[in-house]
Amino acid sequence: MTVLDSKVPEGPIKDKWTNHKNKINVVNPANKRLIDVIVVGTGLAGGSAAASLAEMGYKVKSFCFQDSPRRAHSIAAQGGINAAKNYQNDGDSVYRLFYDTVKGGDYRGREANVYRLAEVSANIIDQCVAQGVPFAREYGGLLDNRSFGGVLVSRTFYARGQTGQQLLLGAYAAMNRQIGKGKIQMYNRHEMMDLVIVDGKARGIIARNLVTGEIERHSAHAVVIASGGYGNVFFLSTNAMGSNVSAAWKIHKKGAFFANPCYTQIHPTCIPRSGDYQSKLTLMSESLRNDGRIWVPKKMEDVEAIRSGKLKPTQIKEEDRDYYLERRYPAFGNLVPRDVASRAAKERCDAGFGVNETGEAVYLDFASAIQRYGKEKALVDGVKNPSKEQIIEFGEQVVEAKYGNLFQMYEKIVAQNPYKTPMMIYPAVHYTMGGVWVDYNLMTTIPGCYAAGEANFSDHGANRLGASALMQGLADGYFVLPYTIGDFLANDIRTGAIPTDSSEFEEAEKAVRERLDFFINNKGTKSVDHFHKRLGKVMWDKVGMSRNEQGLKEAIEEIRQIREEFWKEVTVPGGTNELNPELEKAGRVADFLELGELFAKDALDRNESCGGHFREESVELDGEQKGEAKRDDENFAYVAAWEWSGDPSTSNLHKEQLEFNDIELKQRSYK
Amino acid sequence: MKLTLKVWRQKDSKAKGQIESYQLDDVSSHMSFLEMMDVLNEKLISEGKEPVAFDHDCREGICGMCSMYINGQPHGPDSGTTTCQLHMRSFKDGDTIYIEPWRSAAFPVVKDLVVDRSSFERIQQAGGFISVNTSGNTQDANAIPVPKADADKAFDAATCIGCGACVAACKNASAMLFVSAKVSQFALLPQGKIEAKDRVQNMVAQMDKEGFGACTNTGACEAECPKGISLENIARLNREYIAASLTSDEH
Repeated sequence: MTVLDSKVPEGPIKDKWTNHKNKINVVNPANKRLIDVIVVGTGLAGGSAAASLAEMGYKVKSFCFQDSPRRAHSIAAQGGINAAKNYQNDGDSVYRLFYDTVKGGDYRGREANVYRLAEVSANIIDQCVAQGVPFAREYGGLLDNRSFGGVLVSRTFYARGQTGQQLLLGAYAAMNRQIGKGKIQMYNRHEMMDLVIVDGKARGIIARNLVTGEIERHSAHAVVIASGGYGNVFFLSTNAMGSNVSAAWKIHKKGAFFANPCYTQIHPTCIPRSGDYQSKLTLMSESLRNDGRIWVPKKMEDVEAIRSGKLKPTQIKEEDRDYYLERRYPAFGNLVPRDVASRAAKERCDAGFGVNETGEAVYLDFASAIQRYGKEKALVDGVKNPSKEQIIEFGEQVVEAKYGNLFQMYEKIVAQNPYKTPMMIYPAVHYTMGGVWVDYNLMTTIPGCYAAGEANFSDHGANRLGASALMQGLADGYFVLPYTIGDFLANDIRTGAIPTDSSEFEEAEKAVRERLDFFINNKGTKSVDHFHKRLGKVMWDKVGMSRNEQGLKEAIEEIRQIREEFWKEVTVPGGTNELNPELEKAGRVADFLELGELFAKDALDRNESCGGHFREESVELDGEQKGEAKRDDENFAYVAAWEWSGDPSTSNLHKEQLEFNDIELKQRSYK
Repeated sequence: MKLTLKVWRQKDSKAKGQIESYQLDDVSSHMSFLEMMDVLNEKLISEGKEPVAFDHDCREGICGMCSMYINGQPHGPDSGTTTCQLHMRSFKDGDTIYIEPWRSAAFPVVKDLVVDRSSFERIQQAGGFISVNTSGNTQDANAIPVPKADADKAFDAATCIGCGACVAACKNASAMLFVSAKVSQFALLPQGKIEAKDRVQNMVAQMDKEGFGACTNTGACEAECPKGISLENIARLNREYIAASLTSDEH
């Protein structure tokens, strides 16, 4: 029996959103002043939602754990934001953006939500420009575009390599305007500790003031969770250190279903780990694969010579190099999608051909691009018969103009000059497509509790395309939630302020205090990071880029053991009534230890390969596609929505069947 | 490498702080500065001592959360980097490193190396925005062309990460570089010109109220800014401010 109702409106896909907006309830402006909304998280989704709701007249309380809303991790997004503007006259349209996103997600997203995303995308760009977001422009003064992986048009708007920063500062400015007017009450350095449900509806949160340690009760008529993704369950990821699952996990444990936790994006081009002390991984933009060739040595003796420093990569002869992406995928070569490129790197490193001390690195080589560009530039500049040195000099100039800031960043971190020696790269966890299950209105299975941005599951299916995360966060916050939340709140115009002295708040606060006291009083022998690192290793080794039944079963058992040991042996110094970063981490890691098990359980349940989820049992057995991922639409075209029942091992699976009426399901091929 | 760390410890905003000394024996030159701090904290926890509190989040130089005054320089010796991007190869075996919080009356210490930068928030709330609501029917993004040179300069100013290094570097603890970056971004764009006069006056008034010092054109802010925000922005702020003071109807 399923209890899931996606509430997708009737009618043709292109009319669904318009019809829905016309029919849903609206709260009149005078009544909005009587209604409180809590927004947890201030990234693109939470920031844009808080500002928009406050502008409409709702009383908003906004929470972030950082010292300013501007520091949420959306700030780190590099590449750009997609929108179906068709400014470049290359035939882009709402339908094409919709189609690319559904296909890119390997047909595991909800069609109606994705269509709406494409529909509002153009409006996002208009809004951001009006706010003063300084997008890149052409000499004529109009907006510039570039193209990104997995699509055939130029629809990506960008602000150099800092698009996320500029968009977030736009939403932050809109928030500041409302904070200054008193329409948003801003709670910086506050962490949501639990959700409070009264009469079956989300009516508030328990929050901890991270500076004083004070436990606070905050009530509202609706609660929006926009707390981002859970990539840090792997310990090492490109996420910020503080990024966590806790807000999403708290609502899950109070009744919100958690969907598709196993859908993770592992980005192929990150700077490799350099030692056990490593705290996080740094992404290098996908754009580098346009000109870099990826390889490892063919011969094991060359690998060993490189690792021991006897040979340099530039000394390996051309015929002794294995350009494995070009070898395996002649049609797409180095530009295969992220999931395929990541798995291929792992395959070579698992076979022993990794080129650094840890054995987990491959080369991304710009030497041929430098040669090619050098010769071109010599010709353009009228230099006849250029010398070898001249060609390299010209080539390096062209590469610097295209990727200079990335090369500089690489050199700062690795202390090697990537113009002279190939870069070393390795895949890293980057984004989580799974998240809290939401219906078409972005409401979770708890009435009055919403999830937006990376925290929900709805739009990217099993794999997210580049430049689509920023689009989804802002779509949810600026143009979806402000409409849909009114449908629920229209019933609350006579409710009045929700009191915080009820037994529900009392109990929730008590449980929060007990847990915090437990950590401080436990006085175990091992630090929080000790457990987080062990969890991360199990996740990476057995629930990472490539998964199989045996490994997943082992992972479930091992995570369970780590979790038991954590509760016995964790030590947290300091007290509860002070700024205590170790105490903050302890709570987050405790939640990751539960999520990790559900994650592996979901991966075990989904015995098919789709997008970022690769099951070794589900591959093509023969023909041209031999060894490639095999999707199983007959048995797995569903959203796996998990219901908490006291322990991850007993979580109940609910299935939302996915229907594709406007797109034909096809196998992705890159051969 | 072996290092001696002299770290500012302060229990809370009211307590008196002091420098404490720690030894680390096995620091790799590949570590980032904050990873070195992680190692120190793990060591302190294992010895039953309280770890050093410091702000950090993205660890890739963009969120602006990390601070630290390292050997007398905000974000340490390397130029154009935040503390999280600083690597230990910038130091030598046997070095003694002094690590202190940002120093400014407008940035009171919260604990150890963590400071309260909410004064920056209040300056932004006073006028660091364009007054447009979210609208389902804004005019097309290309309706107003913006000269590329202006858009690029606005972008350069907008790359400020709000870390506060400019204030920490300044002998007067002035916030002029920070405020000028936001004022410049909007003053250069047609969308921002409409409220330009009010914006600059309100933001400067709030800046003064927070207790930041005056600018004496020393340029330490620009030299230490991890994002290379230019002093030209301060010149623009001054022009905008004087013009607004002379021609505005209000204030």
